[in-house]
Amino acid sequence: MYVAVKGGEKAIDNAHAWLAEERRGDLNVAELSLEQIREQLALAVNRVMAEGSLYDPDLAALAIKQARGDLIEAIFLIRAYRTTLPRFGRSEPLETGEMACDRRISATFKDAPGGQVLGPTFDYTHRLLDFKLAADGAPVEVPQAAPRQEATPHITEFLNKEGLIEEQPASDAPAPDLTREPLETPAERPLRLQSLTRGDEGFVLGMAYSTQRGYARNHAFVGELRIGKVAVEMELPELGFAVEIGEVELTECETVNQFKGSKTEPAQFTRGYGLVFGQSERKAIAMALVDRALRWKELGEDNVGAPAQDEEFVLYHSDNIQATGFLEHIKLPHYVDFQSEIELVRKLRAEAGARKEATQ
Amino acid sequence: MTKENPRKDWMGTLAKAPAEALAALWQQAGLAPDFQWLRRPEIGAVMVQGRTGATGAPFCLGEMTVTRASVRLASGEVGHAVVQGRDRAKAEQAALADALLQSDAAETVKRDIIAPLAAGWAKTKTERAAKAAATKVDFFTMVRGED
Repeated sequence: MYVAVKGGEKAIDNAHAWLAEERRGDLNVAELSLEQIREQLALAVNRVMAEGSLYDPDLAALAIKQARGDLIEAIFLIRAYRTTLPRFGRSEPLETGEMACDRRISATFKDAPGGQVLGPTFDYTHRLLDFKLAADGAPVEVPQAAPRQEATPHITEFLNKEGLIEEQPASDAPAPDLTREPLETPAERPLRLQSLTRGDEGFVLGMAYSTQRGYARNHAFVGELRIGKVAVEMELPELGFAVEIGEVELTECETVNQFKGSKTEPAQFTRGYGLVFGQSERKAIAMALVDRALRWKELGEDNVGAPAQDEEFVLYHSDNIQATGFLEHIKLPHYVDFQSEIELVRKLRAEAGARKEATQ
Repeated sequence: MTKENPRKDWMGTLAKAPAEALAALWQQAGLAPDFQWLRRPEIGAVMVQGRTGATGAPFCLGEMTVTRASVRLASGEVGHAVVQGRDRAKAEQAALADALLQSDAAETVKRDIIAPLAAGWAKTKTERAAKAAATKVDFFTMVRGED
């Protein structure tokens, strides 16, 4: 039962005023600009864009500032904002093979054409705090070498040539969109991928890790991980042809998974796929592992009852805005619900007491 | 550049340009054509699609913000713009440039706006590619054995 309760407006206004003051912090410390957040906290901005499911670095920076650095709160702000935008259409599917790669590595082929390009990675750092950063950072001289002119081919193409890896036949089947139709299971792979790419990084990471530890182990190698910018094209009805409307930074991970064959499929390598806005490689790798685990049915594998194989469990719990909305609502007033619970407990106790007396 | 469709090229160049860069070039060029709005600048979203396994069926990756606008010049040419971000001035300038590039002013707009934007974009791309190339691993094999 819901009963309207009034009151608390003044307390709420005052709480918001204090929130604004606390957000600003010590006035003797310079205020953060959105440009500083966008440029210097770029990976936080990327996470907010990926899970907010809206590519706009300036908006993500604003959301992070407003949320005092609480990234899930920032994602919430972006999700709320995107619902106010009219939808102008869909892009053409991205050509990630045309990516201008800042980073491109393979754990399976040392000598892949295009090479192992490390890019601006945290890998191989010693994870020791760098106290030089506590002082003003001087500009760094970055070495350059002869730039690669041609596009870098996808690594799985080489395995395809021998038929050692499953094909991903091109298709123009219209993609489902969970922002238009509520997510329902069983979900086709395109819908699962949409759900995973906007899913909570921590949750997807935990699910992926569970497969590595043995809950539906799928023996994943990172066939390829690439980060860089890709042009976005959209067909304009006024023109009748597609034009570039912008560029997005993406992280793409293709896993190559050992597969002994099943009743329906020959022994070959199978694939998992991760594609995420921004430089988000932990998320992209995790997404690929979970994608592969969820494909057990189409590959004719056994359901071993692992959480990562259960698409209802994974997809319905990966969205941190749904999760936090339901979780945090329990702190809001439930006075009436609780009053009825108290009365129920009192009644049960009274009945139990009466029975005890009667038997004595 | 695609020879078949120069309009596709210039629209892409305008869409990818940083708003400040386009605004600065627009000011410098001193272009102020007479026009009427067919569609005033409007901010919205486009659903960006990827493909499963890079080459398979399309899936919805997430949206991006864009601004669109359409204009008709007094001389009749119609210009359209759908450009990344939420900058109405950028959409207006891109739509006007698209229209002017179909008019007598095409060469001026190419020289003063499209060429510098394309050069700026190529420079940024090349610089990043050069930095990436410097992080390419050169493998060498440690020689083992008696000798």
